[in-house]
Amino acid sequence: MYVSPVRELLIKGDKNYKKVTNDITKPIVNKPGKLWFLGVSVTSLAAIIGLFAMFITVRDGIGMWGVNKTVGWGWSITNLVWWIGIGHAGTFISAILLLFRQKWRTSINRSAEAMTIFAVMCAGIFPLIHMGRLPLGYFILPYPSTRQLWVNFNSPLLWDVFAISTYFLVSLLFWYMGLLPDIATLRDNVKNKILKPVYKFLSFGWTGSVRHWSRHESMSLILAGLAAPLVLSVHSIVSFDFATSIIPGWHTTIFPPYFVSGAIFSGFAMVLTLMIVARKTMNLTEYITVGHIESMNKIIITTGSIVGIAYITELFMAWYSGVIYERFTFYNRALGPYAWAYWIMMTCNVISPQLLWIRKLRRSILFTFILSIFINIGMWFERFVIVVTSLHRDYLPSSWQMYKPTLTEIAIFAGSLGIFFTLFLLFIRFFPVIAIAEVKSILKSSGEKQVNITQNLLENE
Amino acid sequence: MNKNKYLKAYYDDDGLLIKGLKSLKKEGVEILDVLTPFPVHDIDKILGYRRSWIARVGFIGGAVGAVIGFGFQVWVFTVDYPLNIGGKPFLAVPSFIPVTFEMTVLCAAFAMVFAFLIRSKIGPGAEPFIHDERSTDDRFLILVGVGKNATEETVSELKNKISNTGAQGIVLKDDVELSKNY
Repeated sequence: MYVSPVRELLIKGDKNYKKVTNDITKPIVNKPGKLWFLGVSVTSLAAIIGLFAMFITVRDGIGMWGVNKTVGWGWSITNLVWWIGIGHAGTFISAILLLFRQKWRTSINRSAEAMTIFAVMCAGIFPLIHMGRLPLGYFILPYPSTRQLWVNFNSPLLWDVFAISTYFLVSLLFWYMGLLPDIATLRDNVKNKILKPVYKFLSFGWTGSVRHWSRHESMSLILAGLAAPLVLSVHSIVSFDFATSIIPGWHTTIFPPYFVSGAIFSGFAMVLTLMIVARKTMNLTEYITVGHIESMNKIIITTGSIVGIAYITELFMAWYSGVIYERFTFYNRALGPYAWAYWIMMTCNVISPQLLWIRKLRRSILFTFILSIFINIGMWFERFVIVVTSLHRDYLPSSWQMYKPTLTEIAIFAGSLGIFFTLFLLFIRFFPVIAIAEVKSILKSSGEKQVNITQNLLENE
Repeated sequence: MNKNKYLKAYYDDDGLLIKGLKSLKKEGVEILDVLTPFPVHDIDKILGYRRSWIARVGFIGGAVGAVIGFGFQVWVFTVDYPLNIGGKPFLAVPSFIPVTFEMTVLCAAFAMVFAFLIRSKIGPGAEPFIHDERSTDDRFLILVGVGKNATEETVSELKNKISNTGAQGIVLKDDVELSKNY
């Protein structure tokens, strides 16, 4: 098979199928290191603190938070949108990049999908506890009740219920179906007496029969085709929560594309943060190469630039529309009491990704890691700015208020980070971080050793 | 030899496997199954399998989801409990689209996954016979049918045919209800 010399090889080193299996299952077959235990204890401690703060909220009520009548959506909705945004990279990588036949996705798609699922779980916490009465959370579902009234199908908040739960379930199916062959590989490689039967159960009896593969392939392709518009729909619907209201700064038609690209932007930043650490600590640098990081950085620069254009368009439209409330909101964002948040957002999201035009920086792992954290912070502040600055000074100056989070709110956010990282650490301990079967399927066309052999043959002919 | 028997062999390369399968198929050898660690394209074509119906199942699932999703919202807001929300029309088609779309995707995805699991006879608790633990690692296994009335001569002839294609580890096995696996 001829491979263009322009294309960077995706798998480095002298690999064969056996080595791919061994390299990727090694962290699972071996005992975990001290670093892993340290990580899990820190993250689960954070998770416990967060769960306690949620308990306090449910027991004592929303009064434990800093939200008030003017700013009803504080950190909680900021966090919801932030987490949902992070949850967009996984399905983007595995669905849209699959449809575009991007081979480099095979090294990162599995962990990105896992990240998606955990991020959506964290996102789901916030609207539920924000209702204040967690045990009555099922009121949001359309079920025949003695109240006789149905839910309001005209409300974007209800669309969100459907969008987020569909996204979660479809992503879960997609992830697990992709994982089946790899769990079967684990079942056949793990010697541990407790884990082996567990993998046997989880592998659903996968044998690798060609009939199964053939169906699996056509199913994956169509699931990807379904998941691709789903990814785009979910954050569009989240943005409707804002855009269909009449609050200045929210009531704009630019929101859906702006939110979707922001979501992919922040999702890729989180994938980079996680993968740069994982590839080093799990000895996977030959599978997740600098080339992979560069490819992700290219997506970051694309989506980051769209986000930047959206910010500037918003500013321009606020001025051009001539609406005094709209103008005031943006003036207040940039120069008002929350200007610090606005400028953090602008620096992290608009200026910093532009540095990636420089090839050296795009291929620098340390720079990418620092940048990815900047973007994560910047995207959190984007949501904070959208939620809080639009609300805190609306039409009636007598109701203007400032908003400050309480310790409970901060603890819940820290707890969601704890839950997310705990789940992710458990995932990398018990499941392969890289899609083993998929990497094997590209080994011949993109493995360093294999391509060199074919190229030598071609030259000798 | 009145029991159903089959031959098990493996290749260690997917290119070799495809070549081997092509020549075995040409000679009219009955191939019961091929087990590979990753999807090797074109095997299904060589073995003459029909294209999977899973796409159609997905379409039907999606159509059912769309009809249920849209129909339910229409029924709720025009028949069961018409609710005046800010003077908007009861049958507000555009605002029913998001939920309809989500229901379509959800039902299509579930229909396909269930169809896949049921048709492939896999799922939680399935315990298929594992022919070779390395077939999920680096071996490409083929299972060749021997036939009920095969004599020892025909078996050794078949073995030769298979080994000529580069296959290794050819062994004769008793039938373990292979059909259980599919």
